[in-house]
Amino acid sequence: MIISNLQRVAAIASVATLGLGATAASAQDMPELVINDEIAITTHAPAPAYLENLDEVISGWVFRSTETQALQMDDFDNPGMIFVDKAIDAWDKVEGTAGKSCAACHTGGPEEFAGLRATLPKWNEEKQALYTMEDYINECRTERMGAEAWKWSGADMTAMNALISLQSRGMTINVATDGPVADLWEQGKEIYYTRVGQLDLSCANCHEDNYGTMIRADRLSQGQVNGFPTYRLKNAKLNSIQGRFKGCMKNVRATPYKEGSEEFHALQLYVASRGNGLTVESPSVRN
Amino acid sequence: MKRKAFLLIGATVAFATMAAAEVVAPGDVVFEDGGAVAQSLTGVAGDPAAGREIFANRKLGNCLACHVNADLNEQLFHGEVGPPLDGVADRWEEAQLRGILVNSKNTFEGTIMPAFYRTDGLNRVLEKFQGKTVLTAQQVEDVLAYLMTLKEE
Repeated sequence: MIISNLQRVAAIASVATLGLGATAASAQDMPELVINDEIAITTHAPAPAYLENLDEVISGWVFRSTETQALQMDDFDNPGMIFVDKAIDAWDKVEGTAGKSCAACHTGGPEEFAGLRATLPKWNEEKQALYTMEDYINECRTERMGAEAWKWSGADMTAMNALISLQSRGMTINVATDGPVADLWEQGKEIYYTRVGQLDLSCANCHEDNYGTMIRADRLSQGQVNGFPTYRLKNAKLNSIQGRFKGCMKNVRATPYKEGSEEFHALQLYVASRGNGLTVESPSVRN
Repeated sequence: MKRKAFLLIGATVAFATMAAAEVVAPGDVVFEDGGAVAQSLTGVAGDPAAGREIFANRKLGNCLACHVNADLNEQLFHGEVGPPLDGVADRWEEAQLRGILVNSKNTFEGTIMPAFYRTDGLNRVLEKFQGKTVLTAQQVEDVLAYLMTLKEE
């Protein structure tokens, strides 16, 4: 109930405030994102050279209403932190045939992973595959703990992902696009610009050509993924990157690729690299 | 009495069959240079009141997702991805608007606007929408009739 009211407030506010402010937004009145009065987030950065059609990359936070923005500015207000707390408990929980918890091997705590989120997805030399956070977590669970793999976008997975990602909050996104991932990056770019579905839309049609404009009550963002896992007011849970891709594809009436598929890995790599220069915001709050 | 009713049903069925035969299939729509479609998709005059409903319905036209239209001010939140449609009938001929509704890419190359009466040349269409158009031929004609009422001059 509280959530649904929040949603309404956010929806009305986004039109009321952003509707007027959109064209007037200048460097001076651009809102700044500082979390807990401590962690400065880069919400605008020069676009990487390989983005031919963008001058600037912009955090999705910028496109949200003042009320939604405020929820991410203090961890006591950020509903995503509830799930991070659950993951802190899960961290110490022994699971699987090896009788281990995360803590059994990672004695330094989740803090050991500071910096990791900013580089994902990245090439795993040993596995000869592109690895996302979900891949790393499930590799630990199945190969070292002897536990069941978690579902890609399940509550356990998104929470643990958020806890580990949180250790990199405020760090600059720096996803590699060359070397062993070069072909996958090209594949991801191809998917990004390919129109799909009955509505015949590509990622670029909305998130590159029309970001900042209203699509009904929602303001289109650049579709940056630096804040994932993202707590969405719409579904009141943490959302994975590939789960969001799936939702977008269904919205345009296209058959989504599967979570964990090569196609979504390639797309995640390409989209993540479009955010190079922004900072990790996980867990971010969006509508 | 019974006989009369029977005849009436017979006549209605015949009429419906006749009307159905006149519907232009998505692949058979003839575009002029510049993307206009002169011929009605159904031969049945569009109903502007029905068109207004289809225009606003999120599962049908969902036109407000992208277009401002003051005639529907009772509906909150009009999108701004496409141009406002106030006075659209003053700016466009009927045939051109029909072409834009059927497949706007023949009028505006590379446009973001979905084609509302097209089944070919699409990728990875969700199973339940495969082989189907966003709107039926008559719904296109209804929306077109509604658009033709949007005049400012």
